[in-house]
Amino acid sequence: MSLWSRIANVFCSDRLNREIDEELESHIQEAIEHGRDPAEVRRAFGSTLRHREESRDVRLLMWLDSLRADAVSGLRQLKKNKITSAAAIVSLALAIGACTSAFRLVDALLLRPLPVVEPEGLYILSRHGAGFDGKPGTFEDYQYPLFRQLRGAVKGQAELLAISYAERMDLTYGADQEMEKALLQYVSGSMFGSFGLRPVLGRLLTESDDLTAGAHPLAVLSHDYWTRRFGQDPKVIGRTFRLRNDLYQIVGVADAPFSGTEPGTMTDIFVPAIMHPDVGNSNSSWLRTWARLKLGVAGEPVRQKLQATYRAFEEERGKGAGLKGTDQERFGNIIAQAMVLQPAAAGVSEMQENSRPSLTLLGVVVVLVLLITCANVANLMIAQGAARAREMGLRISIGAGRWRLVQLVLMESAWIAMLALALGSLFAWWAAPFVVSSINPPDNPARLFLPADCRVFLFALVLTLGVTFLFGVLPAVRASATKPVSALKGGEDPHSRRRLMHALIALQVAFCFLVLFVASLFVATFERLSHRPTGFSAERVLALDTVAERPQPPLFWDQIVDHLRTVPGVEKVAVASWPLLVGYGFRSYISISGVPQNGVFTYFLSVSPGWIDAMKIVFVDGRDFLASDTSPVVAIVNEAFAKAYFDGVNPVGKSFDKGQSRYRIVGLVRDAMYSRTREPLLPTAYVPFQSVDERMAWAPMAPRSRGTFIVRTYNPNPLTLALTLRQEVTRARAEFRVSNIRTQLEINESQTVRERLLAMLALFFAVVALLLAGVGLYGVLHYSVLQRRHEIGIRMAIGAQARDIARHVIADISSMVLVGALAGLALAMSSIRYVETLFYQVKATDLPMLGLPSLAIVAAALLASLPAVIQAVRIDPAEMLRAE
Amino acid sequence: MQLHGYAIMSAIQNMSREVLRVEEGSLYPALHRMEEAGWIRAEWITKTPGRRARMYELTAAGKKQLDAEESRWQAVTAAVNRVLREA
Repeated sequence: MSLWSRIANVFCSDRLNREIDEELESHIQEAIEHGRDPAEVRRAFGSTLRHREESRDVRLLMWLDSLRADAVSGLRQLKKNKITSAAAIVSLALAIGACTSAFRLVDALLLRPLPVVEPEGLYILSRHGAGFDGKPGTFEDYQYPLFRQLRGAVKGQAELLAISYAERMDLTYGADQEMEKALLQYVSGSMFGSFGLRPVLGRLLTESDDLTAGAHPLAVLSHDYWTRRFGQDPKVIGRTFRLRNDLYQIVGVADAPFSGTEPGTMTDIFVPAIMHPDVGNSNSSWLRTWARLKLGVAGEPVRQKLQATYRAFEEERGKGAGLKGTDQERFGNIIAQAMVLQPAAAGVSEMQENSRPSLTLLGVVVVLVLLITCANVANLMIAQGAARAREMGLRISIGAGRWRLVQLVLMESAWIAMLALALGSLFAWWAAPFVVSSINPPDNPARLFLPADCRVFLFALVLTLGVTFLFGVLPAVRASATKPVSALKGGEDPHSRRRLMHALIALQVAFCFLVLFVASLFVATFERLSHRPTGFSAERVLALDTVAERPQPPLFWDQIVDHLRTVPGVEKVAVASWPLLVGYGFRSYISISGVPQNGVFTYFLSVSPGWIDAMKIVFVDGRDFLASDTSPVVAIVNEAFAKAYFDGVNPVGKSFDKGQSRYRIVGLVRDAMYSRTREPLLPTAYVPFQSVDERMAWAPMAPRSRGTFIVRTYNPNPLTLALTLRQEVTRARAEFRVSNIRTQLEINESQTVRERLLAMLALFFAVVALLLAGVGLYGVLHYSVLQRRHEIGIRMAIGAQARDIARHVIADISSMVLVGALAGLALAMSSIRYVETLFYQVKATDLPMLGLPSLAIVAAALLASLPAVIQAVRIDPAEMLRAE
Repeated sequence: MQLHGYAIMSAIQNMSREVLRVEEGSLYPALHRMEEAGWIRAEWITKTPGRRARMYELTAAGKKQLDAEESRWQAVTAAVNRVLREA
């Protein structure tokens, strides 16, 4: 009660004052009524003001009251300098908002534990070592038969879960014509129990739903999918959908927020692992193995058992495959891989691995911008503090303690920081989802659970407090150190203040240089990647990914090609196993005249006659495929192929072997990009879409269930034909259905979507950093001219020219800019090797990469110092001396 | 019993037959301190229209404190008396 009333009294101190005054006054009135002399009474009573102060201090919380008073005065101070305050708040808001957004992304993608029971006890089995191609790496993929053996080996000591890579699949709730895409994961039935998940509707899968291959066509939906696709319809239980050739029944909906184990994608549907078509295939790796140790079991013995089981399984598999020579050696790499229990509390996804370096670098850039902003605001506050030196001197002379002055100035900083936090939160609320939505190409967006919960709030709060100290402490200590005598006399040593400000400017310039440098590297990377010649023409080309209910003979695919040629507006049609630049492909080692060609892979793509023409890839020699050509027998190769295997000599007429198949080269074409824009142009062999070899493990099997029609239209906007073409495919043959339509341009652009985003963000921050540095420089120069106007007046009076004055004004600031830029350069050079993998054909030592940031900083510095120089030159010596 | 500040002061002076004189202004900070400690509680009472007085009253905690202070006072004075008699 007492504490509460004391807190309450802080905020109604006026009423408190009135009450005390009234009580004291009533005492005096009482005394007068008792017949005493009014003057004598007042004299005896003493100073009412002193008694009131004394009572007041008793009846409220002193420290809270002084804090309140400082808060009020701080706010008044902010209102007085509207423009500087606004500049400080907005720049800080941008920096805090950017930092919070970056934290939200990093947290959601890399740090936040999965929403499951005891996430810290989750591991995945990863293997370190050399891969089949001899390159070192980390591997997480397992075959189901291997998983079974691993699970059996550690039974009783650890629980193993099979969880497949999330995959976008075609499925339908009704007719085949209504196929739709959904993200699907095949999971062990025991996963739901082990993760401690609860159903919101129906039931979840259990171990008994995961026993016999093909016997458990059951599915559990994620809460997110249930909401998006079904509007939370409770009647969804019992509905069926067809996936591949099985009819699955929905048995339940898992509770939010669990949506799979791969941050960056949100799984829609979970089905039992045992339902996977490759569940018995020892050569197909499609799952990750998760592990949870039983209570009190040590990790190392379990790991050893797993390692032994893995080795035995792979040795057996190697023997069964009957490998010879180099293949056997390479397979030895796989057997030798070392198993590790990798903690995986935050989930595992490809996006984590892909984004970790760029996200980290982005975080560093954002922190640099924050530091620049802090230096900037600190400079503003120091300059303001100078203007308030008299006030501070007065406060000290009437008895304010040093700590009290620090508190006064810090309170003002806290206001700035809090207002900036409020604005910055708004910014972060908008920016984080925006960045997530731009990470991936639009047809396969990244989806990330981005909660704005206490973790984020705590981060923002700690950040704000930290920032307040960063930019607030220096000015506060500075202000509190005012010497009243010199301040009241009209000035202290002005140089000490400027030295600090100059140091801050140098710091700002150094960080600004770093940010600009990183931005120019990102922009150059994007420029180079997006302007790299592809070797084919993407304009007016549509790619129709098409699926058939079951594998269809090539003849039917050809029929559709012929049918599509008759559609008005269509110039050329061909079919291939997949479009160029989709990010995947098939590659293999080949041999020439029986000699294996190791070290260089050859990409393969199955294409129909006319595909080379439709893609406008240039023929160098030989001929296109004929309708009668099949794979194997003939192939068309590119120039990189000729260079790699035939020393650049025209290979038409020669032949090569892939496995047991021999290919005769009938054509030579110019290089075209195959899988990714970032890759060098690799040897590529185009083989006929019609394939006769059914023993081959890779895609082109004789009948095909999927392929991509390439349609070149006359219309510059090919998408206008999309709907017609979709219908025409099904009309030509009812078993076929278009599952996805994209323009080739879209596919090309999606290759650089991440680079574009990084370049965009880096450029944005570079502009902000440059702007801040410019504003900071201007502020400091303006202040120094203001402070030295007497000196400048005298100099002019005794004959200094405008030129001398200008040189004088910018002399020390330019040395600061130089020092800062050099420091930034040194920092950049020493740190750049950590991030070099992020860039494409861009060297940190390239002249433009260093020259552009330097030029930008010099230009900004010149621009920022112009107003101050003009101001200095315009000083009227007569007026200045008269004022003195 | 409720008394306002002036009455408390008068009472002390009367009871002590003018031996103890209270310094008028300092009475109020002392009262407010005791109020914050919870030994007394205060209440505004309108005596005549337009004039209020703040009336103070001893609380249970105050009574306990008074007893403690009184026994301490007794002990101290007794000790002082003993010292004086010995001398």
